[in-house]
Amino acid sequence: MAAKTLTIDGKQISAEEGATILQAATEAGIAIPTLCHLEGVYDVGACRLCIVEVAGIPKLLPACTTRVVEGMDIKTDSERLRKYRRMILELLFAERNHVCAVCVSNGNCELQSLAYSNGMDHVRYEYNFPKWGVDTTHGLFGMDHNRCVLCGRCVRACWHIEGAGTKNVAGRGGKSRIITDLNMPWGEADSCTSCGKCVQSCPTGALFHKGSTVGEMERDRGKLEFIVTAREKKQWVAAD
Amino acid sequence: MQLDDLNAIAEKEKAAAKKVCLRTCMSAGCMSSQADVINKNLDAEVKARGLEGEVEVRRVGCMGFCGQGPLVGVDHDDGRHELFEFVKPEDAPAIVNSLKGGPCDVQRGDPQHPFFAKQVKIVRANGGIIDPESIEDYIAAGGYQALHQVLTEMKPAEVIEEITKSGLRGRGGAGYPTGLKWGTVAKSPGGKKYVVCNGDEGDPGAFMDRSVLESDPHLVLEGMAIAAYAVGADQGFLYVRAEYPLAISRLQIAIKQAKQLGLLGGGIFETPFIFNVDIRIGAGAFVCGEETALMASVEGKRGTPRPRPPFPAESGLWGCPTLINNVETFANIAPIIGRGADWYASFGTEKSKGTKVFALTGKITNNGLIEVPMGIPLRQIVEEMGGGAPDGRKIKSVQTGGPSGGCIPADFLDTPVDYESLTKLGSIMGSGGMVVMDDTTNMVEIARFYMEFCMDESCGKCIPCRAGTVQMHHLLEKIAQRKATLRDLIKLEELCDMVKNTSLCGLGQTAPNPVLSTLKFFRKEYEDLLQPDQFGPPGNGQPNPQSAPK
Ligand SMILES: Cc1cc2nc3c(=O)[nH]c(=O)nc-3n(C[C@H](O)[C@H](O)[C@H](O)COP(=O)(O)O)c2cc1C
Ligand code: SF4
Ligand code: SF4
Ligand code: SF4
Ligand code: FES
Ligand code: FES
Repeated sequence: MAAKTLTIDGKQISAEEGATILQAATEAGIAIPTLCHLEGVYDVGACRLCIVEVAGIPKLLPACTTRVVEGMDIKTDSERLRKYRRMILELLFAERNHVCAVCVSNGNCELQSLAYSNGMDHVRYEYNFPKWGVDTTHGLFGMDHNRCVLCGRCVRACWHIEGAGTKNVAGRGGKSRIITDLNMPWGEADSCTSCGKCVQSCPTGALFHKGSTVGEMERDRGKLEFIVTAREKKQWVAAD
Repeated sequence: MQLDDLNAIAEKEKAAAKKVCLRTCMSAGCMSSQADVINKNLDAEVKARGLEGEVEVRRVGCMGFCGQGPLVGVDHDDGRHELFEFVKPEDAPAIVNSLKGGPCDVQRGDPQHPFFAKQVKIVRANGGIIDPESIEDYIAAGGYQALHQVLTEMKPAEVIEEITKSGLRGRGGAGYPTGLKWGTVAKSPGGKKYVVCNGDEGDPGAFMDRSVLESDPHLVLEGMAIAAYAVGADQGFLYVRAEYPLAISRLQIAIKQAKQLGLLGGGIFETPFIFNVDIRIGAGAFVCGEETALMASVEGKRGTPRPRPPFPAESGLWGCPTLINNVETFANIAPIIGRGADWYASFGTEKSKGTKVFALTGKITNNGLIEVPMGIPLRQIVEEMGGGAPDGRKIKSVQTGGPSGGCIPADFLDTPVDYESLTKLGSIMGSGGMVVMDDTTNMVEIARFYMEFCMDESCGKCIPCRAGTVQMHHLLEKIAQRKATLRDLIKLEELCDMVKNTSLCGLGQTAPNPVLSTLKFFRKEYEDLLQPDQFGPPGNGQPNPQSAPK
């Protein structure tokens, strides 16, 4: 495949044809914040944290779904982008009930890390304090809707890696929520194979193993990538 | 079916025409106030008087003057036209009586009124004239001649060339050049291609597309078939929202009729061209009008947008190249082919050709549907055709483009209505909603209304739109309730900027427009509602005094 040369943050890099800006940047050691992106499943460009500026294009583009083009000149870290990213994070914190101190994912949460790394030290928007419940009907796992950021990672993992299709999104706008099967308690969802892939994929404390302590909440996302690589490339070695 | 057969149908239909014709509007507006009973009564009355030999009672589509409905039009044998307004079922005897000069005190409309006289009807030429449920009526009005011409005399590339030359731009909102879009789909590699007609029409207050579908369904089908031939598709989908049952049922009838006559299906006009159309009923989510969401919905998935590129022209339905156009766009096609690109391009302005249908509503004396040449000054629409605001009030502003659009203040009423001029004012042409507001209107409330709409209709996929519209709505409410300070206003402006620039699809990208345009022209109305800030105004030009530097 032909290689493309491009510039990211002033650095000349080469990337494979068909690669996304995110892949090219990651390979070149340039970190772009992401939340809905998950190695192993296709990208949806939903969280908008990875948006970048491309010279000559007035619109901001999501790095995770935009493919590289020869000669692209990309900025991933302008003042404007940093401001937008902080605002997006603030909006997420205001949207549901994130009380890190009492959350199973405290210390192991991508949302929390993103807030730290992007300098979001407080929220200027009014908290919505919605009344979302917790579903603990499944024998092994639980779902706390208060911590869900609707990144859709669990949905994609469930459909495209496990092939069960248990998880989905219902409702719209701020009332969107993750459902199991036809909006039944998780414990009654026949299609669920209890594989736990959704729990592995979740960036926050929304999906958790029942009975785990905060210290045990570390997730092994490499597992998901491993399965996908093994399946698609017949390559049975763990990604490093 | 060949040209001779088509002409024979037209001739037969014309020969059967009677001297006098009573036309009752059978579109949703008038139907909602008993137009069907009126029509039945007229029919019975004509029969009772033994007039069926000379008087035809016809069910027709929307005449446009919906605010005065139910409407009954009369075509006299001497070429005179009459219009009866606010007709009630019990008015039938009087109306039939009046045909012979009898007394009749049913309110009469003036067919010479600027509301009608200033219109140029291309898309709506048959609206209110033909029976939408009769393919013969459509054929007698010249229907399916353009399709025949295209299939027997033109190469696909020539059709695209003609559409390009006409200057037609998409009527679904963004105004993308139609010929260019067709050319891209035609050039996209791939055996299977699709044509999709976007009849979702979710803008509040808009009913242009519904009225075209209800009044002249074959016009849209013919346009789709011509498009399919031009781009190399053999399957079409008509996506119509479930709230439009009358449009759906008339389309079903139209498709069945066209199939029976061999104008849809295989071997159309005895050429190798095949084209089938299926209806897809949408559940009525605004976002499903967005093309990628619409396609997901047609495929049976949750109707949420996806990032573009790839554009539908390249990878659309089931990954195949797909042409997607609006109802009104397709309705322009047969007239353009039939009368030529130059004829079409003679209407409108340099960059906005042809006509545009608007749903004129709000604080306006004459509301209804109008079709006007592009470039007509806004003032002519609202003051002359619309008759200005009722009760002698002053017009304050005109909202165009619905939730993606903006408010144009009365000072700019001399603006020509074309794509570029409206955009320059921070509004858009949009799909054709035009809401007139008088001096009693509270602009903050208007902005709040549209934001509430976007908040409710956001699909929830991307964060800026899903969570941003909630916060913007909250801030607008706070301002409206006099609970906000300057800080909140700045926060609102910042959110507008962020949501506009980071949202995934057009819904989020344009949701801030009504706020931005009212802020631009009516900022004082916002400021008058603010409370003094106990911490003083935010400091020297710093837009965001509290946000942490990195
Ligand atoms: C949120 C949203 C809603 C839309 N709704 C409609 C609609 O109801 N009808 C329509 O024709 N186009 C709608 N559009 C525009 C379509 O996505 C698309 O651009 C259009 O159908 C293309 O047709 P045209 O080129 O003939 O205008 C919408 C776009 C967005 C972003
Ligand atoms: S999910 Fe993350 S951000 Fe939310 S409460 Fe838990 S630790 Fe905090
Ligand atoms: S449950 Fe977790 S993975 Fe699923 S959408 Fe919510 S935050 Fe994302
Ligand atoms: S902008 Fe709004 S409607 Fe569009 S994808 Fe994002 S959430 Fe959905
Ligand atoms: S990672 Fe690209 S939008 Fe979420
Ligand atoms: S609905 Fe009857 S005139 Fe428009």
